[in-house]
Amino acid sequence: MSGTAVRIGVLYPDLLGTYGDGGNAVVLAQRLRWRNIGVELVTVAAGQRAPDSCDLYVVGGGEDGPQTQAARDLAESRALHRAVDRGATILAVCAGMQILGSRFPDADGADRPGLGLLDCETVRVDRPRAVGELLTAPASVADPRGADQPVDLGVLTGFENHAGRTVPGAEATTLATVEVGEGNGDGTEGVVTGRIVGTYLHGPVLARNPSLADLLLGWVVGPDALTPLDDTDVERLRADRLRAAREHELAPRRSWRDLLRRS
Amino acid sequence: MAVSVGGAVAGASRLVRFGSGSVIGGRAALVVDPRLLRHLTTDREVAVVSATNGKTTTTRLLGVALGTDRLVVSNSLGANMTPGIVAALGPADPTAAAVLEVDERWLEPVLTETAADTVLLLNLSRDQLDRTQEVRKLAQRWRRALATATPARVVANADDPLVVWAAQTAPHVIWVATGLDWTADAAGCPSCSGRIEFEPDSWRCAECDLTRPDPAVRIVATEAGATVLLHSGPVTVELALPGRVNLVNAAFAIAAAEAMGVDPQRAAAALARVTEIAGRYRIAEVDGVRVRLVLAKNPAGWHEALDLLTPAPAPLVIAINARIADGHDPSWLWDVPFERLAGRFVVATGERGPDLAVRLRYADVEHVVADDLVSAISALRGHPSFSPQIVVDVAANYTAFQEFVDQLGGPG
Repeated sequence: MSGTAVRIGVLYPDLLGTYGDGGNAVVLAQRLRWRNIGVELVTVAAGQRAPDSCDLYVVGGGEDGPQTQAARDLAESRALHRAVDRGATILAVCAGMQILGSRFPDADGADRPGLGLLDCETVRVDRPRAVGELLTAPASVADPRGADQPVDLGVLTGFENHAGRTVPGAEATTLATVEVGEGNGDGTEGVVTGRIVGTYLHGPVLARNPSLADLLLGWVVGPDALTPLDDTDVERLRADRLRAAREHELAPRRSWRDLLRRS
Repeated sequence: MAVSVGGAVAGASRLVRFGSGSVIGGRAALVVDPRLLRHLTTDREVAVVSATNGKTTTTRLLGVALGTDRLVVSNSLGANMTPGIVAALGPADPTAAAVLEVDERWLEPVLTETAADTVLLLNLSRDQLDRTQEVRKLAQRWRRALATATPARVVANADDPLVVWAAQTAPHVIWVATGLDWTADAAGCPSCSGRIEFEPDSWRCAECDLTRPDPAVRIVATEAGATVLLHSGPVTVELALPGRVNLVNAAFAIAAAEAMGVDPQRAAAALARVTEIAGRYRIAEVDGVRVRLVLAKNPAGWHEALDLLTPAPAPLVIAINARIADGHDPSWLWDVPFERLAGRFVVATGERGPDLAVRLRYADVEHVVADDLVSAISALRGHPSFSPQIVVDVAANYTAFQEFVDQLGGPG
């Protein structure tokens, strides 16, 4: 952690923020402020140069065209590569995870080189788009640099919405196994390489899974700084979403009138 | 052959009349005669209105404006795909001008079938992303539709790059300056994926030649309301409907009506008398408390709604559902600057009230969760910021809003 405040880099929310992923930065910042830890949000807009000096980065999901633009800019500046060498933590969601892998398909289905920071590659498959609640089995992640026990995250809940499927590398660590939904496409969900966490979970993921938010923050400020917070609202939401995913409740209390109104 | 076709059409029309106004009747009629929409629009003037936000309101306003000098038929209950449209047109006078609200995904087939002479394109932004996936693809479909259909005029938003790119191919466009607030879906150029640079009253792509067209219609705020500057001169607009967003909707309606031959002053006077649109802004009573219904169903809509809500410290109710018609993924709540409600008390309700509660918690907005509207009002009544004099805003997204409208007097 450099200086007094935790610097969080929010990368291209105008290009990669289609599914509310900007909320991940809000969650991280608030969980620091509530603990009286200083925080500075560094928002990097399209066309601006990404800094390599942040402690933590969030990269969100987005549409195909903007995704390619973001990948191009980050490949040219190599800002994230330098940040990772310094030990920075990254949360990369959906399109964000895809561009941090070794390759991904662009809007026309052509292979594009990724940043090669996450041990995975994304391919186009002849399957329908994965859309819906995504729920994992209990997950645990180890700090790659610490000798401590892995941190238990509990089950992870979110909403997925992606066409590509992600193949983790042979030696890669995945974030979790899937209980309900598609995830990477092979029964696993997400990829963890060092202090980079890639996931298909939107929701935003950190709003629904405070344990994951605190894992990332713990990698920056140390787990001892993370005093407990009141997560009553989140617990109610998690209970509701776990139930919805397990009941495959794609349409909560849908009535025939909803269908008529919009048709 | 002609006779049998005619018979089928007559049968189809009867089916439509049988299920008057119903989508099911419309659907059945389309099975008998797939070309029914074409047959129902060959002899009439047709204007279509499409957008992510504001299409129901603008359709109504254009209908009112045209109604000052001609007979008008409209799909005013919001059934905005082909079956709903034929259901509305079937029983109507065959010469009445049609003002049609069209779902943004249905613009292409409806333009092809109706050969509409006037097309109003208000805006495109993220909405129900788990269904429609990508806003940009919608813009592409609009552009393709307008390259084939040849409407006499398109009235389009000069401040929405997606709309501008879609409408660019049309031969005659009346550009309306709207001062678009929501630019988050247009940062990537729809034409070249380059970066769009926004400045006050202008925008351009940094990499290709897509740029803001010169608007022919502008809105100037005045003390009493606003003046809409048309090519023909200024028109004073004093709406009963609240908010800047409705001034924009009115400007679209007046500009289109003028192009269709209506005196713009008369049109503006007629619009001033509209007080609610299919329940939007309706004042009703719940358990002795006066409430005002506000529809806000996506980030761009919320952006406008936050401006027109009764200001702090008035408490309010927000209802969120995530059914098919809303989109199953309410993560867009995180794109709404609910931080602006800090200092106010909010009761979160609707089937996705728990999602809203988490969003409000992170926005540092005091809140509770209630199961339904009546318990929401009762929770609100117990809060110190409540006073019996205020009209409580009840802001809801699509199906939650429809439910409240049904509870509080029907579609009106």
